[in-house]
Amino acid sequence: MPRIVVDVMPKPEILDPQGKAIVGALPRLGFDAFSGVRQGKRFELNVDGEVTDAVLQQAREAAETLLSNPVIEDVVNVQVVED
Amino acid sequence: MTDLPLIGDYATPSTELSGARVGVVTFPGTLDDRDAARAVRLAGGEAVSLWHADTELPDVDAIVIPGGFSYGDYLRAGAISRFAPLMDKIVDAANSDAKLPVLGICNGFQVLTESHLLPGSMIKNDHLKFICRDQVLRVENNSTAWTNQYESGQEITIVLKNQDGQYVADEKTLDELEGEGRVAFRYVGWNPNGSRRDIAGITNAAGNVVGLMPHPEHAVEAGYGPDHTGTDGLGFFTSVLTTLVGGTK
Repeated sequence: MPRIVVDVMPKPEILDPQGKAIVGALPRLGFDAFSGVRQGKRFELNVDGEVTDAVLQQAREAAETLLSNPVIEDVVNVQVVED
Repeated sequence: MTDLPLIGDYATPSTELSGARVGVVTFPGTLDDRDAARAVRLAGGEAVSLWHADTELPDVDAIVIPGGFSYGDYLRAGAISRFAPLMDKIVDAANSDAKLPVLGICNGFQVLTESHLLPGSMIKNDHLKFICRDQVLRVENNSTAWTNQYESGQEITIVLKNQDGQYVADEKTLDELEGEGRVAFRYVGWNPNGSRRDIAGITNAAGNVVGLMPHPEHAVEAGYGPDHTGTDGLGFFTSVLTTLVGGTK
């Protein structure tokens, strides 16, 4: 069954408090190679049947209207994944 | 239904508008609808309970969208509530010529930004912690439907309690809000969540839609408000009742 993966990230200019907390925790565990972390969201939309252009278009619209808030977030990826 | 104050005497509210009907919306996960309804009654209005799934907006003169964690704050705070059937009706009524007064408190403010009735958005507090405190605000705009009983520049103390309270918008939007006098409230003394330009609440251009993170409905009754005496929040509710009879300051 195919899935459509939608990735949403906080806009670059928006401070990401969660990412900031994570980057602070990394060196305490010995992970000292990372200077920044930004935390986003991944959605997996299951599709019964074929992913047509119309289905993909619906996913893009859902990503822009419900899955993300354009004031604070960007949809960075909408991709079909076949299992 | 009339609520007798537990302490203090509000038997004769300054507005004496027993006929005004103020709708209070309940979503799954709303917490403060009872307190908001009580605040409406203590101010002299009639509170009308509204359910998010209602497809018609009954005959009400104003709306309060109270705080809480509607839909568990899943996805983003207010994001799913925004698409509730009743919200479509509220958005239409707020944008109509009648300019239905709408107040969004905390999660209600988040619902109003997700609905695009107000610009910007709220993200997690900059310090990442849930915060609950008595918060001083300055009334920056006292010409809205919900603030006309305050003095311009008046400092009020009401309860702040949230996790996603950091108000953000792009610089252009912030400049517009400032330029048009649409910053309704600013945090005083300490910015509790990293909000841009200390913004605690904003209004739309028409002044009928106001949203803020702190909770005026928890500061309407002596004995239970901030410092156990504060009733600084009551002015929101007397303001809208005054607006409804065409009164001004």
